[in-house]
Amino acid sequence: MKQILTGLLFMTSFLITKNIHATDTTKVKSAPADDVTLVLQPGFSASVINEGVGKNRHIAVNANGDIYVKLERPQKGKGILVLKEKSGKAEVVNRFGDFGGTGIALKNGYLYASSNSDVYRFKLNANNAVDPSQKPEKIITGLVNKGQHESKSLTLDNEGNIYVNIGAPSNSCQVDDRQPGSLGRTPCPILDSAGGIWQFKADKLNQTYKDGTRYATGIRNVVGLDWNNTTNQLFAMQHGRDGLFQMFPKLYNAEQSAELPAEELLQVKKGGDYGWPYCYYDPGQSKKILAPEYGGDAKQQGRCEGVDTPVYAFPGHWGPNALLFYTGDQFPEKYKNGAFIAFHGSWNRAPLPQKGYNVVFLPFKDGKPSGKYEVFADGFMGANEIKSPGDAKHRPCGLAQGPDGSLYVSDDEKGTIWKITYKQ
Amino acid sequence: MIGAMMTALVASSFNKRDQDQGDLKASIERGSKVYETYCLSCHMQDGSGVPGMNPPLKKTKWVEGPKKVLTNLLLKGLTGEIEVNGDYYDNVMPSQAYLKDQELADVMTFIRNSFGNKASRVSVSEVIKWRATVK
Repeated sequence: MKQILTGLLFMTSFLITKNIHATDTTKVKSAPADDVTLVLQPGFSASVINEGVGKNRHIAVNANGDIYVKLERPQKGKGILVLKEKSGKAEVVNRFGDFGGTGIALKNGYLYASSNSDVYRFKLNANNAVDPSQKPEKIITGLVNKGQHESKSLTLDNEGNIYVNIGAPSNSCQVDDRQPGSLGRTPCPILDSAGGIWQFKADKLNQTYKDGTRYATGIRNVVGLDWNNTTNQLFAMQHGRDGLFQMFPKLYNAEQSAELPAEELLQVKKGGDYGWPYCYYDPGQSKKILAPEYGGDAKQQGRCEGVDTPVYAFPGHWGPNALLFYTGDQFPEKYKNGAFIAFHGSWNRAPLPQKGYNVVFLPFKDGKPSGKYEVFADGFMGANEIKSPGDAKHRPCGLAQGPDGSLYVSDDEKGTIWKITYKQ
Repeated sequence: MIGAMMTALVASSFNKRDQDQGDLKASIERGSKVYETYCLSCHMQDGSGVPGMNPPLKKTKWVEGPKKVLTNLLLKGLTGEIEVNGDYYDNVMPSQAYLKDQELADVMTFIRNSFGNKASRVSVSEVIKWRATVK
């Protein structure tokens, strides 16, 4: 709770301060990209190692430095690219996997990757690489894929389990999705097969819903999730609901709707219920509020009083697309075991200016947020202010840690990959 | 006599055109208000949409093409992936059938004449005719 309050206090100041960087003199401009200059914390620098191989979703970096990139759509029939760095640039050296998607992860000698309905794995060979002629093993199949919140991000624990988010193909489980005034369904039938995080075995073939466990429910959509290896806990960044004003203009105005609800950092507990679609988190009131589709009036909690709450609240609609617990030794001590979050950037703030489009860092102590977040890398949008997401030059989507502790950032607008390093 | 008739004809055709232009302008103005209320949050102020989610309304046959197709789309809504000018979009477009015939005609006329688009206006009678065929 204290952590949430800390976050909220900062958020409040953030909301009042129109341009956070205008008052922040500690940041430094870093190596220019093809078309933008990133703004980073002192001592850090960023270099563009590839200017655009496609719409890069998530990325993973192997112990030998190979960079695995999951493409949203297959390119030349292949949905996974392998890049090798040489003289500051990373070139594509391998392509495989005939499916597009988002999720990718390396664990115990295997590369795991997802389409929007299935999860596959590829065995790494003696050279610590994927033989491109190898047929992948399909380990999970038949997950809900209805074109909304369809990406299947994944992470693995140290006991042979894989966690897959199955986003709800809906905004708030209305009778008519995204229809102004349409009421919500109780119970929401979507929750049986989506709107949560499922746990499967990492090594068992062709698992379907009946083989997995609904690990936690009431989570609208997650793109960024990560296993915290220091505490052995799952964390996930929820994408909060859209359109409070558009759906219920009598209860919310456009300004409130642009800030509500928070993007929630969840410590995902087994059996947890985080309240979607019935509840949303209001950072100003520091509690879960009953959604208007279910009779809420923007203030009452109703059934939301007992649901699990976030461990940290970020500004609304920023679109958290990647979460990474940093375990490297390269960055200063305060970054160790803290969380980096890549924000894809908002669209549901219109007609107000769009926000996000950055990478933030949230410090952790003993497995809990221990302070306010800092904007770690900014400038991806390539303008001081944009009204439409289409005007952003880049949209951060994936994060990975290299063997030397460097941080990699992928972009699914142009497909740029940055490598961020620290030198005192 | 003939000259006078010609003048009258030319004048009346000018008046007709002025009238049409005035109607078009008024419809676009009304349509822009409808757009701000019901469409802008997804399709954005400049009609550029949201990459991967909500398609742009700029320079696409979905908007500038046959009026009946556009009217049906608004009345029925749309789900599933669509391709617009080489990019793919997938989200739920809710039915806009709750809008009045005049509002639908105006908002379609607005988007067909905004964001760099240039296409004919949609009339109320067309909306009424096509709404009757949509179930």
